[in-house]
Amino acid sequence: MERPLDHSDHFAIQTQNLRKVFKNKVAVGNLSLSVRRGEIFGFLGPNGAGKSTSIKMLLGLVKPSGGEAYVLNVPASNVEIRRKIGFLPEDFRFYHWLTAAELLALHGRLSGVPAATLRERVPAYIDLVGLTPHRDKRLQAFSKGMLQRIGLAQALIHEPELIFLDEPTSGLDPMGRRLVRDIIRSQRERGATVFLNSHILSEIEITCDEVVFIRDGEVVTSRDLRTTRAEEIRVVIRARKLTPEAIAGLAPWTTSAVLEDELLTLATPTQDVLPDILRHLVAAGADVYQFTPQKLSLEDLFMKIMGEDRGL
Amino acid sequence: MAFWTIAGMTFREAARKKILWTALIAGLGFFVVFGFGLHYQMADFARGSIPPFLQYQIVSGMLMIGLYTVDLLAVVMTILTSVDTISGEIDSGRIQAIATKPIARWQVLLGKWTGFIGMLAIYIALMFSGTIAEAHWIGGVVPQNPVTGALLVFLECVLALTVTFMFGTWFSTLTNGVIVLGLHGLAFLGGWLEQMSGFVEGSRLVTLGIVSSLVMPSEAIWRRAAFEMESPLAGSLQFSPFADISVPSVAMIGYAGVFMIGALAVAIYHFHKRDL
Repeated sequence: MERPLDHSDHFAIQTQNLRKVFKNKVAVGNLSLSVRRGEIFGFLGPNGAGKSTSIKMLLGLVKPSGGEAYVLNVPASNVEIRRKIGFLPEDFRFYHWLTAAELLALHGRLSGVPAATLRERVPAYIDLVGLTPHRDKRLQAFSKGMLQRIGLAQALIHEPELIFLDEPTSGLDPMGRRLVRDIIRSQRERGATVFLNSHILSEIEITCDEVVFIRDGEVVTSRDLRTTRAEEIRVVIRARKLTPEAIAGLAPWTTSAVLEDELLTLATPTQDVLPDILRHLVAAGADVYQFTPQKLSLEDLFMKIMGEDRGL
Repeated sequence: MAFWTIAGMTFREAARKKILWTALIAGLGFFVVFGFGLHYQMADFARGSIPPFLQYQIVSGMLMIGLYTVDLLAVVMTILTSVDTISGEIDSGRIQAIATKPIARWQVLLGKWTGFIGMLAIYIALMFSGTIAEAHWIGGVVPQNPVTGALLVFLECVLALTVTFMFGTWFSTLTNGVIVLGLHGLAFLGGWLEQMSGFVEGSRLVTLGIVSSLVMPSEAIWRRAAFEMESPLAGSLQFSPFADISVPSVAMIGYAGVFMIGALAVAIYHFHKRDL
């Protein structure tokens, strides 16, 4: 049975059975998700999974074919609520004839920030994204990385409660990525909710509180990274005298076991079972030379959940 | 508030992108050529024996050709500067950063439309007053009802702008440009065919011209403007390019106004409904 939408202030985003069909192509099949306020939420999926279309529906850019979408407790089509929403598009482009300072002032005005406030905020946000030496340069002279930075600043200039960032670190060098990561965390500390779509899974892994994996516009599974990070363990064991019975006996503690020569690779849902596994192998007569637990990275998890590359 | 911000931004965009300045420089080139033309004509008159009454009609005809050139420049500039505004911003995704602000889509579209109208008003005022001043100073002629004429040319440009915006909510920049220039070309041809109908009584060319004007009434507005501005005597001469052989009625101007409002309503509706 479907869970009814919760209209308390607990959630920043809620969708139920959200669907978008372009002519005969289903872009988003049946998206139901909830994003709690004040968290950094990762939105993951392969190319063509419907991520961008879903974000556009949440921002009112694309009209849903069905289902419901609420942001900050009002329907996503509500225009006024956008005063509290910031958005960095995937490939941020804007009028190249504007300077960085003019761009921020314009977006601030369009978001309803008073002129007096903007006089202070514009230089502050240009400084935040490290573009102070370039504040009076026109955007046509900006590199892709600089455009991403000023695009991030325009998404934040009105200090929104909910921020959508679509591939915010694409085109950025490692220092730029670090800066964006720090800014995203500072937004969470300010109390904002950040909805992050990125292909860089290592970034998601160290930034997000929760992630969902979507495919064909449907949530496949979700992970709370605050609690999951310590779990999902992969164990590499180098041992001799491993019998099929010994390996079969590991089943109660493992989700997979693959033996190649002397290397046995196991996956376990929690690290609490590691002593049991080792005791079992020794008791079964195996000579264990190496026992190395490794955390399952988000990338491993992604591959495991999404399966084979379908060439999308 | 946001509406005026978008209107101001659109106006500034034209200025920053040098479109307005390029159009004004082209206008200055026109003034130079037109001024020399008038000057040489007056010098030729001084050496010849053409009666002053006929001289006045000839220079008045030159003024009408000058104003017609201004009209063509204004319409083409309107289409070329605005063709990328809606369609190009949708294609490139630039519209996303604006459409996700707390502004209703109709305000985005009307704001841009208003910004262009401000630019057109300045351009037409400068080009019209410059052409008329030149003709007055060099040739000693003035048009009848210049304000009515200028307002009609302004209406023609606003119509072209609105149709460009309307198709821009459906089609890509290139397709939009081809459609709008094609429609204006159709109106242009229809207008001249209608003008040619004056040589034969009951010509079917009139019907063809009216149908063309109903499809796109831009050229009909110019022919009404020419009728308003041309001297009554020159207008009655059958060989004049703007002779009042088949003058669009006030009802046709009213139709053009309704057509423009209808196109604007369709543009707003479709821009509101479509996915961005």
